[in-house]
Amino acid sequence: MGLLSDPVRRRALARLVLRLNAPLCVLSYVAGIAWFLALVFPPLTQRTYMSENAMGSTMVEEQFAGGDRARAFARDFAAHRKKSGALPVAWLERTMRSVGLEVYTQSFSRKLPFPDETHERYMVSGTNVYGILRAPRAASTESLVLTVPCGSDSTNSQAVGLLLALAAHFRGQIYWAKDIVFLVTEHDLLGTEAWLEAYHDVNVTGMQSSPLQGRAGAIQAAVALELSSDVVTSLDVAVEGLNGQLPNLDLLNLFQTFCQKGGLLCTLQGKPEDWTSLDGPLQGLQTLLLMVLRQASGRPHGSHGLFLRYRVEALTLRGINSFRQYKYDLVAVGKALEGMFRKLNHLLERLHQSFFLYLLPGLSRFVSIGLYMPAVGFLLLVLGLKALELWMQLHEAGMGLEEPGGAPGPSVPLPPSQGVGLASLVAPLLISQAMGLALYVLPVLGQHVATQHFPVAEAEAVVLTLLAIYAAGLALPHNTHRVVSTQAPDRGWMALKLVALIYLALQLGCIALTNFSLGFLLATTMVPTAALAKPHGPRTLYAALLVLTSPAATLLGSLFLWRELQEAPLSLAEGWQLFLAALAQGVLEHHTYGALLFPLLSLGLYPCWLLFWNVLFWK
Amino acid sequence: MAVTDSLSRAATVLATVLLLSFGSVAASHIEDQAEQFFRSGHTNNWAVLVCTSRFWFNYRHVANTLSVYRSVKRLGIPDSHIVLMLADDMACNPRNPKPATVFSHKNMELNVYGDDVEVDYRSYEVTVENFLRVLTGRIPPSTPRSKRLLSDDRSNILIYMTGHGGNGFLKFQDSEEITNIELADAFEQMWQKRRYNELLFIIDTCQGASMYERFYSPNIMALASSQVGEDSLSHQPDPAIGVHLMDRYTFYVLEFLEEINPASQTNMNDLVCPKSLCVSTPGHRTDLFQRDPKNVLITDFFGSVRKVEITTETIKLQQDSEIMESSYKEDQMDEKLMEPLKYAEQLPVAQIIHQKPKLKDWHPPGGFILGLWALIIMVFFKTYGIKHMKFIF
Repeated sequence: MGLLSDPVRRRALARLVLRLNAPLCVLSYVAGIAWFLALVFPPLTQRTYMSENAMGSTMVEEQFAGGDRARAFARDFAAHRKKSGALPVAWLERTMRSVGLEVYTQSFSRKLPFPDETHERYMVSGTNVYGILRAPRAASTESLVLTVPCGSDSTNSQAVGLLLALAAHFRGQIYWAKDIVFLVTEHDLLGTEAWLEAYHDVNVTGMQSSPLQGRAGAIQAAVALELSSDVVTSLDVAVEGLNGQLPNLDLLNLFQTFCQKGGLLCTLQGKPEDWTSLDGPLQGLQTLLLMVLRQASGRPHGSHGLFLRYRVEALTLRGINSFRQYKYDLVAVGKALEGMFRKLNHLLERLHQSFFLYLLPGLSRFVSIGLYMPAVGFLLLVLGLKALELWMQLHEAGMGLEEPGGAPGPSVPLPPSQGVGLASLVAPLLISQAMGLALYVLPVLGQHVATQHFPVAEAEAVVLTLLAIYAAGLALPHNTHRVVSTQAPDRGWMALKLVALIYLALQLGCIALTNFSLGFLLATTMVPTAALAKPHGPRTLYAALLVLTSPAATLLGSLFLWRELQEAPLSLAEGWQLFLAALAQGVLEHHTYGALLFPLLSLGLYPCWLLFWNVLFWK
Repeated sequence: MAVTDSLSRAATVLATVLLLSFGSVAASHIEDQAEQFFRSGHTNNWAVLVCTSRFWFNYRHVANTLSVYRSVKRLGIPDSHIVLMLADDMACNPRNPKPATVFSHKNMELNVYGDDVEVDYRSYEVTVENFLRVLTGRIPPSTPRSKRLLSDDRSNILIYMTGHGGNGFLKFQDSEEITNIELADAFEQMWQKRRYNELLFIIDTCQGASMYERFYSPNIMALASSQVGEDSLSHQPDPAIGVHLMDRYTFYVLEFLEEINPASQTNMNDLVCPKSLCVSTPGHRTDLFQRDPKNVLITDFFGSVRKVEITTETIKLQQDSEIMESSYKEDQMDEKLMEPLKYAEQLPVAQIIHQKPKLKDWHPPGGFILGLWALIIMVFFKTYGIKHMKFIF
């Protein structure tokens, strides 16, 4: 008789699994966390290296010397902008044409779901200006993009000045094999999204943009630049993009090699690298955690994040002017950019040799996906083990019920009682999903109703509705049992918990595959309390734990952690304000760029969490 | 009077003696020169220069080949006797900051592309098939004359290859490879069709020595830029152009060749690149070659030196068997190698080129075998029950 079909052996196996389950779960969870913490240490983290043969080393002669010209352009741009209040389109067109580019403009408009702090009105419209430098001896089949996002709040005029000076310098060279597009967008990322959608002829986010008149070929790589001062002390690079997408690691390697060549101080997450000191690994852990938090939020941290959706490798470079002694002027930054573009010019294919999925404990260290995935695997194993335990308990209970009575024939004892169990499961599932749907749809739909009845602005109305529906979900279990009548109370909650565990495991697994950081973060918080939730035992303690690890609380906690890691800790009140702002931005970004954090949390994880809440308060 | 007479007679005698001695010295000098005529047995020279890479980052391979082309032309081999195979996408590449030029030195001293480069196989025509057809002569009748290797049994052929290679193969334009066995067989076909007198094979790639391991035809001398397991290194990084301009081995070979003129008497033993300059260890193979390398002039392969001497004396040519025997004795070669060989495996190549035989590493048994054994054990325990295991442990 086989191992699994022999009832005696199966019962033995079941008893073994049930006895060892709790220690195994704890071990697995600890292993997952320990694996993640071990990611900063050498065998799991490797030095970065250039994989693309065509880009080779930093063997170029940078000849950019247009620092004064860049500053002059920047001053003009700032003056014109102050005068007109919006992007000085005519001046930009004139200047780009004088530098020698083919200039085009594009107008766009977007109706926001609710007016937020930056825009303060529903309708946002603007104009993008871009100039194309055609490759002198090649067909315009491929292109590179240098973009400067100009919003109403950020100044960025030095970046525009540097862009124009670089364009003038590039125009004088004959070795370009790809077209170069110099793009200045209005309203920051909204303009960038409009331009990208029109360039690739798609309509993903409901933006109305006029079609582009000038096109340059498939974009191979893009660099977004943000500079607000004439001198910088360091260049910060941002890689995390929309929904946690990352550019090819080779682009980051390219930037890092040019930083080293030019002696520039380049930082990742605002921290310079220092692996020689004693707390090198600790700093690596801080940088890693910051990257995990930023990737989990799924926000496009710069224009580059929107390029990644179209599989265009992109980076954002931010010039930071802080209190350091050694400062670099625009010429140094310009030379680094010139070197990068010259090397990108050598590319024959899209960047594909290096990693697309990685974590960065530092600018010159990375962890590849094969080495960091086991961390989330261990965490999800806990859910699997718990589900297995519940399944065995359900089967044992079913078999235990039948054995004393004498089974009538070889009919399988489970389906009739299980059938009752299934029917009792459908109702909590449906109600939780309905709550999730309400959380997704109602805040934006109901903002006008809310502003009529309460003295709040629309953005606040959306956020407060969100929180209200979230909290209302907590009251559900006390009312669910009026709808549903259970016959076998003990097994009802077990079946519900089994379904909830599998649902959570599936969701977290899928999320971890596309956005590892989000999956890992949610798994760390939700897995232990999901495994622990049961109606027996200290209910208030479990309830408190469950609330503390709900998706919203995870968001709040991660905000505090993020600011703590950036060495700018928040007080509770500030934290709460930031939390509300983050909620509003999450909803807004979902509607404007298609960020997936809001729907994932509201339609996926919140209903799942509600199921565990139901399990906890099962009567 | 008698004194002057005797003096004049003595003077004439002395003069005749001196003249005769000079004459004899001159005669023997002419005979020495005539002997030199037969030092090598070739009457014409050919060169097949192949660059197997394309794309901008392989600039240095094209520069290598064009530099050798330039040297070979300078030393006398005409374009009609050179088969040049290049991808030829460097000079007019949009990335080239100096269009229509290919430089081999970073001070941009020498444009090896020049005005008179004749590329016979260009761009996608550089394939393994075309290369082998050129070597063996199996060419469709419509092929133009410039694309043929019209060598005969008195031709000395220089074959120069460069590109990316590995242990036992050479990559052709990112899409195919030629193995060392194929190359050896092609050379054997050439020998059997009497398409060469002597062959000099130079290869500048990573692990280049592996390409000549399998040669088994006579009269082949081979030079390589690196041993098996070593990489050949590039030289001359040029920031203005943005790529490496040459490879080290060819760079130093070329420096050496720049000092050669058609009349120089330098021999193949001087063509050596020290490890301090080349970093990799260049290799050579001379066991198949019948002459001693120190008797082989550089111009025997790299130049096309016409053996013409104008003399007014008659020379008696004698077959000096002693010289022939001594040259054989100096070589100290096994006579068996002179017989025509049929298969590449016959030669104890490792001993010939002084390589240590590689120790075969022990690998644990493969997955299939392990799986088979696991299945057998499982079936055993299933049939006889798990309690039998306690008799084993």
